[in-house]
Amino acid sequence: MTLLRKFLLRLITTAVTLFGVAVIVFIVIRVVPGNPIAMMLPPGATDADIARLQAQYGFDKSIFEQFLIWLGGVMQGDFGQSISLRQPVSSLVLGRLPATLELSVVALMIAVVMGGALALLGTLYRGTRTEGAVDISAGMALSIPDFLWGLVLILLFGVLWPVFHISGRISPALNTDFATNFYLFEAILRLKFDVVADLIAHMFMPALALAIPLAAIIAQLLKQSLKETMHLDYVTLARTKGYNENHIITREALPNAILPTLTLVGVQFTFLIGGTVIIERLFSYEGLGNMAIDAVINRDLPLIQGIVILFALLFTLVNLVVDMLYAVLNPRLRHA
Amino acid sequence: MSGYLSVRNLTVALQTGEPILRSVSLNVAAGQVHGLVGESGAGKSMIGKAVLGTLPRALHVISGEIWLDGVDLLKLSPAARRKQIGATAALIPQDPLTALNPSKRIGPQITRRLVDILGWSKQNAQARALELLDEVHIPNPERVMRSYPHELSGGMRQRILIASAFAAEPKLIIADEPTTALDVTVQKQILRLIAEMQSHHGTALLFVTHDLGVVSKVCDSLSVLYAGKVLEEARMHRFFMHPVHPYSAALLAATPTYTNPIDSLLPVSETVIEAVEQEVLEHDIRASR
Repeated sequence: MTLLRKFLLRLITTAVTLFGVAVIVFIVIRVVPGNPIAMMLPPGATDADIARLQAQYGFDKSIFEQFLIWLGGVMQGDFGQSISLRQPVSSLVLGRLPATLELSVVALMIAVVMGGALALLGTLYRGTRTEGAVDISAGMALSIPDFLWGLVLILLFGVLWPVFHISGRISPALNTDFATNFYLFEAILRLKFDVVADLIAHMFMPALALAIPLAAIIAQLLKQSLKETMHLDYVTLARTKGYNENHIITREALPNAILPTLTLVGVQFTFLIGGTVIIERLFSYEGLGNMAIDAVINRDLPLIQGIVILFALLFTLVNLVVDMLYAVLNPRLRHA
Repeated sequence: MSGYLSVRNLTVALQTGEPILRSVSLNVAAGQVHGLVGESGAGKSMIGKAVLGTLPRALHVISGEIWLDGVDLLKLSPAARRKQIGATAALIPQDPLTALNPSKRIGPQITRRLVDILGWSKQNAQARALELLDEVHIPNPERVMRSYPHELSGGMRQRILIASAFAAEPKLIIADEPTTALDVTVQKQILRLIAEMQSHHGTALLFVTHDLGVVSKVCDSLSVLYAGKVLEEARMHRFFMHPVHPYSAALLAATPTYTNPIDSLLPVSETVIEAVEQEVLEHDIRASR
């Protein structure tokens, strides 16, 4: 019963959040200078032409009226037409979403594996030079932003030792007939490993660039949390039972130390998704973020709105998943 | 006298060289209960930790021997020491609220080590855990096995930890102030339970406490510790009749009586403390030569 109430409450707060985001974005992109119609017309267009197109897209009405019209459409699943691409916003955005999702999830996986491994290493060798090395590398990784890592990686693995593709999502020469836009997911399910290898070769550098700062955060937080847990009585008790250090860290301390890290990783993952905007641009990766930059350059208001709403929805979903995971991993919350 | 557990001239110090335990020797005979008393900071718990290999990283064993079941633990490799301790000794911890892993059910916390370390079958371990929970008077053991620690009271958790300590039939159990964190009413029950389990299983027990009253109830012999130095090791009745060390006598005199609790509550006199401090100092000078 309480679970249902919790869920409903969550649904309501999500709706309110999305509405707030929609209002702010809607107003802001109309208040800042730049006219979407002027961007699409050739230089010789007359004032009458501009006015005609303005009316066609509804830009002659007040912002409040425009918002009501847009909201009415959204309620029926219509997010409007993209001005620059002349296609429905919903199909454009949903078409690009899988690319960004795959990139973000791969980046998250890399970050969790790298950060987790570093944290465990630092805990196992705590008080030695290895722990110092973990601290220093995490500090360095954290102080350099993701797009700079992107440039470093391009230099390393694109120029000096060109093993990975530096742009795009998939080699155009590859014979592909995907049913969905989840290329990687689909290729894995259909066991097309040559395609998987090509996708990974494209995705690896942008994903790694996004992952490195997050991995550093995970390493620092989890190591700190583990070290605190290692002093607790139940860990000491496990020691007297004859378990070795590896078992004590991974089985006794880790399940408890992971909890405080998890919440923060959830928040940081939303930052990672935000980071895809620049990283996708850097690697010409055909995702949502790359499309967002084009939309902003072209003042494609309906498209910007659609993308921002989708990002906002993504962030709330990530938070929801984190909360659910937390409840699953923490028995004290399960019955509460 | 050489016991099942025999600590000989054990010196433990901080990295700075400051001694925490000063040439400590003590014996726990098989099946006997040996009390370890002293004020807080005297290093009582550190002896238990040194034996079980759980000393904090800042502390180091400088010299000495720890014989457990005929083996000097300090001469073993870390892995072999862990095995030896896991197979022959167990700990009843001080605070039952923090000594159970909050993310695991009770059942596995008792049975896992039987399966993992001692190679029991799962069924045997499960049956053994149920039997032990029944033995420590826990009602409805099946349900408790499926519970998480936060669902149980402090007294229940201490019973579980006692059951868990006896699970592998260790020859030695170290009880580190096992009643200090509990309510006074529960303390008595737990104390009685430990004594009952000890005599039933015939386990040697090293009972660490600051409470002489508790020692007089459960112990066969005791050591008095001050500033990491054993001042006196004695059989129980002899100690209470004729304490040899002035500090021991002062401790006994300081124990309040029921008939006259206020006036009988004497502090240990300064002259005694000074004498003991002098003794510790002389020991350090001898040790540094």
